[in-house]
Amino acid sequence: MSALRAEESLLALRQQEELEDLPKEYPLSTSEDEGDSDGERKHQKLLEAISSLDGKNRRKLAERSEASLKVSEFNVSSEGSREKLVLSDLLEPGKTSSSLATVKKQLNRVKSKKTVELPLNKEEVERIHREVAFNKTSQALSKWDPIVLKNRQAEQLVFPLKKEQSAFAPIEHVLSGWKARTPMEQEIFNLLHKNKQPVTDPLLTPVEKASLRAMSLEEAKMRRAELQRARALQSYYEARARREKKIKSKKYHKVLKKGKAKKALKEFEKLQKVSPSAALEELEKIEKARMMERMSLKHQNSGKWAKSKAIMAKYDLEARQALQEQLARNKELTQKLQAASESEEEEEGAEDEDEMLVPDAVNEVRMNADGPNPWMLRNGPGEAEELDIQKDPEQPPEPVAHEASESEGEENPVAEEEMLLKELEERRSLRKKPGLNQDAKPVGRRETKDSSSQEVLSELRALSQKLNKENHRSTKQKVSSARTVLPVQREEAADEEEEPMLLQRPERARTLDELEELGREGCFQDKERPRPAVNGQWLERKPNNQPGAPKEKPKKEQMIDLQNLLSTKSPSVKSLAVPTTVEEWEDEEEKDQRQMIKEAFAGDDVIRDFLKEKREAVEASKPKDVDLTLPGWGEWGGVGLMPSAKKRRRFLIKIPEGPPRKDKNLPNVIINEKRNIHAAAHQVRVLPYPFTHHQQFERTIQTPIGSTWNTQRAFQKLTTPKVVTKPGHIIKPIKAEDVGYRSSSRSDLSVVQRNPKRLSIRHKKQLKKNSVD
Amino acid sequence: FGEEEEPLHTILGKTVYTGIDHHWKEAVFATCGQQVDIWDEQRTNPICSMTWGFDSISSVKFNPIETFLLGSCASDRNIVLYDMRQATPLKKVILDMRTNTICWNPMEAFIFTAANEDYNLYTFDMRALDTPVMVHMDHVSAVLDVDYSPTGKEFVSASFDKSIRIFPVDKGRSREVYHTKRMQHVICVKWTPDSKYIMCGSDEMNIRLWKANASEKLGVLTSREKAAKDYNQKLKEKFQHHPHTKRIARHRHLPKSIYSQIQEQRIMREARRRKEVNRLKHSKPGSVPIVSERETHSGSVK
Repeated sequence: MSALRAEESLLALRQQEELEDLPKEYPLSTSEDEGDSDGERKHQKLLEAISSLDGKNRRKLAERSEASLKVSEFNVSSEGSREKLVLSDLLEPGKTSSSLATVKKQLNRVKSKKTVELPLNKEEVERIHREVAFNKTSQALSKWDPIVLKNRQAEQLVFPLKKEQSAFAPIEHVLSGWKARTPMEQEIFNLLHKNKQPVTDPLLTPVEKASLRAMSLEEAKMRRAELQRARALQSYYEARARREKKIKSKKYHKVLKKGKAKKALKEFEKLQKVSPSAALEELEKIEKARMMERMSLKHQNSGKWAKSKAIMAKYDLEARQALQEQLARNKELTQKLQAASESEEEEEGAEDEDEMLVPDAVNEVRMNADGPNPWMLRNGPGEAEELDIQKDPEQPPEPVAHEASESEGEENPVAEEEMLLKELEERRSLRKKPGLNQDAKPVGRRETKDSSSQEVLSELRALSQKLNKENHRSTKQKVSSARTVLPVQREEAADEEEEPMLLQRPERARTLDELEELGREGCFQDKERPRPAVNGQWLERKPNNQPGAPKEKPKKEQMIDLQNLLSTKSPSVKSLAVPTTVEEWEDEEEKDQRQMIKEAFAGDDVIRDFLKEKREAVEASKPKDVDLTLPGWGEWGGVGLMPSAKKRRRFLIKIPEGPPRKDKNLPNVIINEKRNIHAAAHQVRVLPYPFTHHQQFERTIQTPIGSTWNTQRAFQKLTTPKVVTKPGHIIKPIKAEDVGYRSSSRSDLSVVQRNPKRLSIRHKKQLKKNSVD
Repeated sequence: FGEEEEPLHTILGKTVYTGIDHHWKEAVFATCGQQVDIWDEQRTNPICSMTWGFDSISSVKFNPIETFLLGSCASDRNIVLYDMRQATPLKKVILDMRTNTICWNPMEAFIFTAANEDYNLYTFDMRALDTPVMVHMDHVSAVLDVDYSPTGKEFVSASFDKSIRIFPVDKGRSREVYHTKRMQHVICVKWTPDSKYIMCGSDEMNIRLWKANASEKLGVLTSREKAAKDYNQKLKEKFQHHPHTKRIARHRHLPKSIYSQIQEQRIMREARRRKEVNRLKHSKPGSVPIVSERETHSGSVK
């Protein structure tokens, strides 16, 4: 094809060139020719005249001897004039007459044209024809490429390929070709006609016509599409809403709520900038919401969930966190907005001034009891319980002992601390108990002024002084002791035998690590909120604030283990295989050479590498003991807990040593003993063709296709045959119409199917005609 | 039966006709002999005749998809393609040995397979005739006829070695071989249009009907049977590369003549290959080109 094109283009180019050449050269060449021929002629005449002067050489002009009426143009001879008859000779007489100018021009034009080339020989022509035809055909065939490719790659081909196409002719056409013949049919027809049903022309009922007039087809289509879209959108949103409503995840809803709140806040801020009045209203709303929140017990830790969490909080980090979060939320919700709260603070300040008698520490304790410390917010029962437990006369001696063993050197100060703490807490509980009924009052702080608590206060003051002295010295110990003691204190009596055992490990693991941290943090924490360490709850919360701390510990231990492993693995290699024979090198040169080689290959110790490899191979081939212990089976399990040694011993199955390795006595050889000859007979040796990596192949082999391992649907999908044929159904060769191509010999039907637009136009025409009728 | 029937229409030609084929859609047929003639059924003179060279043409076949295309093979070892609309031959490829017949793929317009005297079949893409797309080897004697399955995925070939073989289009080796004790040189073979059966005619004047898939159950299958069949088929496909599965799938009983011929030819082929490898090994690198099996069979295109 390209050759043909090239030819064509070349031809066109040549023609163009000719065309361009013509106007340039033609006039010029003609005039020149004329001039030339004239000059020649004159020259010739002159020569003749000269020769005739001589007289000798004069030749007679040939004359026509025969007289005839008709003088043939072919018989004109130019003999005697010693030259050929030239075209211009004939034109000589007409030179003067202007009427012959056009003829002359034509003749000149003829003269200037080149001769036609010889036609190519037949074979050449045929060859060109063939080439052109082949190019054309192969181009026509190339349109099948995508279809062929698609069919070759198809997951499944169902033959015969041709699907039953729905009849495309509209119902009116079918009906118009049908006539009622039998009497009954005619009767029915008549009935229908009476009802103005469109059976024959006109095809449309008046109503339909009216509707057609009201709305064009395109418009109707557009409207329908719009409606469809709207409906689809609506259903989509509905489905989404339903789906979101169904989501049970509390976290999701929480996040959603938070997001909404944030959004509201942002909007509020915007509003503040734009219109303060509206913002004020908004603020009122918020305030109201806050009041409602205060009134309700929603986030007060009194709900069912909160209670259960409170119980769980001892063991579960997450539960603790959740509780805390809720409390924070409560705080946040119940806190007054700043504009309103300033005055309150002032009041508070005034109150504080009143109570300057009370030492700072107590003040803080009390303040914590009210507001900022959410743990103190908890209502009577929970705390009372705690206190009860604390007061439990049979306080377990284990924790103390344990603690003592833990911090051996600092035994004395810790003991002191312990005593102090207990005392303080007892006092506090005393103070609280009367305060419980006082809580009902709007201002709960007045309790301090109570006369009953006056003596307590004085004691407290003394205590706090003592504490302040000791504070800097022994924060560390306090912290650790409090941590170790408190959880234990909270244990129920029933669990008491086992608990210490359980708690021992994580606690011990933790303390070592955390002591350092606390040492770092302790001081500035104290500065930040100079709160006495008595506040056991705060200390207990500590791990929550730094969830990373307990997590870090096991990791560190593991790291150490790994390092140990590595260190044991990287040994100093000494073996028989190492050429240990150190000869005496007397020759200096040789020594030098050896040194050089050593230096050159300093980096890669081949022998060591090999030995290492071999050792690894040996290790790998050794049968491993099977450990069947199930952690947590019949005892407590969890992070940092190991099954007991007894159990481990019992469930460890020792595998007997296998036969000695074949390369046992061959230090320089590694013999791979993994290969199983019996299995090899069933294994694929060479990677099959379409796969490029053995892993791909292995994966395909590993995936099961049976219904035992797959769902019914997956099984069906996996086992679909590539080619499906039906017995007795003739499969015709693929047709251009089948795949939506126009074939060379297309039928009218195919055109219609290909071109729905045209059809619609035709359809419209038909409809118009009908409507006119 | 037994009555002599008069033909409806007789055409007296000037030369011998050696092959005939009917157009797939229109009332037109083509004959071959000295040249390829296209006839209308209603006329006594050909619509057009096309020729390229002077050898006698042994068979002519219409393309089932692009129905204006024809392929023919002549005794001077060539395959010629014609275009009926332009009344001109298109391309000619000359192979090593004579091609007995060709068959077009009914699903892929430009693919055809040629049954050759050199025991092989060649699948060509008609747009690039210089190298065959695939060389199908397994017969041990000249291949006399070939026919495509209507699905276009396989074809069957009849051979002078008294067997017929079924080849997948994209594989070089046959999937199946059919033979019986009494079947002689198989001259012609056809695949039924529902792709379930194969018919062959052989020298001992019998026509035989074979199942295209020998192990397929005939008749109606229940859905469970169908599922089981599909599953088994898939398993076979999955484990086809495993040595034992492969052996079972490939194992066929063969008559002694064919078996010994195969051995012999294998030895010959291996010897050739060995020689080539040796030559490659002992010559300057790059001086001896590595030629694939397909390329060794490439003919000259005109």
